[in-house]
Amino acid sequence: MNFDLTNISELPTGPDAAHVALFALTLILLLITLVRGGKKTIEIEKIVEKEVEVKVEVEKIVEVIKHVDVEKIVEVEKIVEIKAPLQEASPAAACQLLSLLQNEARFVDFIQEDLTGATDEQIGAAARIIHTGSKKVINEYFSFTPIRSEEEESQVTVAEGFNPSEVKLIGNVLGSAPYRGILVHAGWKISSVNLPKLAQGHNANIVAAAEVEL
Amino acid sequence: MSDITTNEIAAKYSIGIDLGTTHCVLSYIDLEQEGDKAVKQLFAIPQLSAPGSVTEKHQLPSFVYQAHEDEISKDQTPLPWNAENTALVGDVARNLGLKTPIRLVSSAKSWLSHATVSPHDAILPFSSPEEVEKISPVTATAQYLNHLAEAWNNAHPDSPIAEQDVTITIPASFDPAARNLTAQAAQELNLKHLNLLEEPQAAVYSWLEACGDEWRDQVNVGDTILVVDIGGGTTDLSLISVEESEGNLTLSRVAVGEHILLGGDNMDLALAYRLKMKLMQEGKQLQPWQIQAITHACRDAKEKLLSDGDVDAMPIVIPSRGSKLIAGTMQTELTRDEVKQTILDGFFPATAVTEMPQQNTRTALTQIGLPYAQDAAITKHIAHFLNKQHDAIESDAGDFIKPTAVLFNGGVFKSDAISSKLIDIINDWLITADVEEEAKLLTGIDLDLAVANGACYHGYAKYGKGVRIKGGLASSYYVGVESSMPAIPGFEPPLEAVCIAPFGLEEGSNVDVATHQFGLVVGQPVKFKFFGSTVRREDVVGTHLDFWQPEDLEQLPDIEVTLDSANRNSGDVVPVSLSVTVTEVGTLKVEAIASDSDEAWEIELTVRQ
Repeated sequence: MNFDLTNISELPTGPDAAHVALFALTLILLLITLVRGGKKTIEIEKIVEKEVEVKVEVEKIVEVIKHVDVEKIVEVEKIVEIKAPLQEASPAAACQLLSLLQNEARFVDFIQEDLTGATDEQIGAAARIIHTGSKKVINEYFSFTPIRSEEEESQVTVAEGFNPSEVKLIGNVLGSAPYRGILVHAGWKISSVNLPKLAQGHNANIVAAAEVEL
Repeated sequence: MSDITTNEIAAKYSIGIDLGTTHCVLSYIDLEQEGDKAVKQLFAIPQLSAPGSVTEKHQLPSFVYQAHEDEISKDQTPLPWNAENTALVGDVARNLGLKTPIRLVSSAKSWLSHATVSPHDAILPFSSPEEVEKISPVTATAQYLNHLAEAWNNAHPDSPIAEQDVTITIPASFDPAARNLTAQAAQELNLKHLNLLEEPQAAVYSWLEACGDEWRDQVNVGDTILVVDIGGGTTDLSLISVEESEGNLTLSRVAVGEHILLGGDNMDLALAYRLKMKLMQEGKQLQPWQIQAITHACRDAKEKLLSDGDVDAMPIVIPSRGSKLIAGTMQTELTRDEVKQTILDGFFPATAVTEMPQQNTRTALTQIGLPYAQDAAITKHIAHFLNKQHDAIESDAGDFIKPTAVLFNGGVFKSDAISSKLIDIINDWLITADVEEEAKLLTGIDLDLAVANGACYHGYAKYGKGVRIKGGLASSYYVGVESSMPAIPGFEPPLEAVCIAPFGLEEGSNVDVATHQFGLVVGQPVKFKFFGSTVRREDVVGTHLDFWQPEDLEQLPDIEVTLDSANRNSGDVVPVSLSVTVTEVGTLKVEAIASDSDEAWEIELTVRQ
C-alpha cells in the first residue's frame, strides 16, 4: 500500500469511506513528519526533505515488500532572521497544521466523530469538505515535486552514489550500482514549506476556539 | 505625462498596485535590470490570516475588521514590521467578518465613487450598530495602501516605496473626485512618483507586455480595441484606438464607460440564492452564514461547469457549524443548466445592440447602500457604451462603435463559455451591421493579475522601455452658471454650462478659463454645479452651453470653495477666474484665481452631501 499525496487530488466523486480514511491517514503521516522535524528553523526559502518511499521493483520479482517508513531530515540551508514578535514554526507546527486543517477542512471534527451509524452518502458529503479544504491548505503551504521524473512502470537506472533516503530499492536487491529496475512510485519531495508564523505567546494547542454566538 | 526628469533620485523599481474592490495585488519590475524583457514579479504580502498567525499571500483582501475589545488579545496581532500592530487588515479581516459581518469594513472602493455620501465621513462598516467604531472609505483605502507599503519596506529596506515609481489602478469610470480621493488615500506613503492608471488600460499594458514586440502583428492602424474588464464588484469598459505617429503604431484611449457596479461577485451571489431556493423547496432553510459558505463554493463550481464540457453537475456541500460534521452537513448540487440559465442567460443574454439596460427593474441581487447596477445584463451595458460613444472614432460612421479587436479581463472570463458567448454576441452585432470582419479576441493575459502586472509595466514603459498608451481626460468638464435673464416668478433661472476642461487634456497640462469671471464672496462657502461629459469631444475651454441633451452631460457632485484671505474683509466680493490642471499623478485640480491679485484658492472636488 502506498501512502502518497496524489490520492488527495484523486478522491473518487462518489461517497467512499475507505478513501476518506486513507486520506486522513496521509494527513496524520504528514503531521508526524512535521513534529519530528520541528526542531530546527524552517524558512520560506525551503527546506524540508521528507523521505518518500520510491520503490524500484527489480525485474522479475513478484513480491513487493511493503514499507511505510517515513523519516525526516531537516536541512537548514538558509536561516533568515525573523523579527521580534514572531516565533519560528517549531514543534508548534504540528498543532498549527492541525489547526489549519480544522479551520479549512474540519479535519479534527471528522476524525473525532463516530462513523458507525453514518451512511456512505453522509460520509461522502463530509469527504468533500475535507478534500476541498485540505487541498487548499496543502497547496497553499507546501510545494511538492516528484523525486523521479520518469514515467511510473518504466525502466529506470539508479546511478552509483544515489541517495537511499530518496530512492528505495525493493525486491530482488542484489549486485551493485548502477541498478536497473522498474519505477514503481515516483516519490514526492516537499520542495518548500511556508507555514504561517505565530505570534509570541500564541497558544498553538488551541486547534479551534469555542464559538459563542451573541 | 512628461518623462522623468533627471535630477530626481532614480527609482529602482516600478511598482504596480491593483487596488481592487475585494482584494489588492502588488507586482513590480526591477528597472535597473538590463535585457529586452525585464521580469515582473508578484509580491508576497505578509498579513494576519487568523489572530496570532501571519502568512504570506499574493492577494491582500480589501477588508478591515473593527474588533470588539474583548474579541482578540492585544498580543495576537503583531506584524513582521510592527509588534504593536492592532489593525486587522486583509485575510484575517475577511475571515473574522464571515462570522461577524457587522464589524467588517468592505467595498470601500465603491463608496469612494458614491455620489451622495461624503467619503471622509466615518460610515463603514455600513449600517452596523452605533457601538461599532466606524471609519471613512478614504481611511479604509489608506489602510490597505499603508499595509502594502509597510510590507514592501520591510522586504526592501534599501528601496523604500516612497522612492519607487508607483502606479495605482482605478476604474476608468472614476469621476475626478474619486480619483482625487484615491490619491489622498495614498498621501501617507509620501510617494515621490505616483501615477493613477485606469484598470482597462492596465489590462492592455499587460497584454502588450505579454505579446512583446509581436503586438504590432496583432493589431493594425485603424483598429479599435474594446476592453471589457469585469472585476469582483464592477464592470469597466474602454476603447483603445490604434493610430500611427511618425511611422510607429501608437495606442490611444479614446473613450471610457460609465460606472457599473456589477461584477463577478454578483454572479456568485445569484447562484447561491438559486441554490437557496432549491433547498427551500426541499424544506431546508438556510441561515445567512450558510449563504456565504455556498457563495464561495458556487464560484469554483461555476468555473468548472462553464469550462469543462464533461461535467454536468457539481456537488455543493454546506458544513455544519458545530463540531458534529456528519450530522449537520447539507448537500445539494449545482447543475450546468442552472449555471447556464443564471449566468449566461442572466448576465450575458444575447440581446441586440439596440437594446439598452433597464433602469427601473431590479434583477441583480443587491446590498443596500451602494447604487448597484439595476440591469444585470452586461451585454446591454456594453451595447449602451458602444452606442453612446459612436462619435469616439472619426472614421467610424454609424450608430455604434464596431470594435475590430476585443480584450477581456477579470476572473469571470476564466470560464470559456462566458468569453466565447460574449465574443459571439459582439460579432453578431457586427454581422447585423454588415461588418465583414469579425472582431479578434486578444489573449495572453493572466485574468487575475493583469491589472497589477499592467500597472507595473506602465511604470516601466514610462522610462522609454516600452509602448505607452496615450490617455488624458476621458471627459470634458463644465461648471454650471445661472443665465442672466429677467426673473420669472416661480421659475428658477435656467442653468448654463461653461466648459472648464476639454476632452483629452493630458497629464501635466493646465488651462485657464479666461472668458468667464465669477464674483465670489469672501468667508462664505460657494458651490458650483459640476458636470462631466464623455461624449462632447469638440468643446474647448470657455465653450458656453445653454442647451444640451440630458444624457450628454452627467451632473457630478457639486464642487465648493471658501475664500478666506487675511487681506480681505468677510463679505467682500472678489472677481475670480478658474484654472484647471491635470496633475502628473492623473488627478484634476481646479483653482479660483483672483483677477485683481495673485491669490489662488483650490476648489474642493470631493465634498458631497
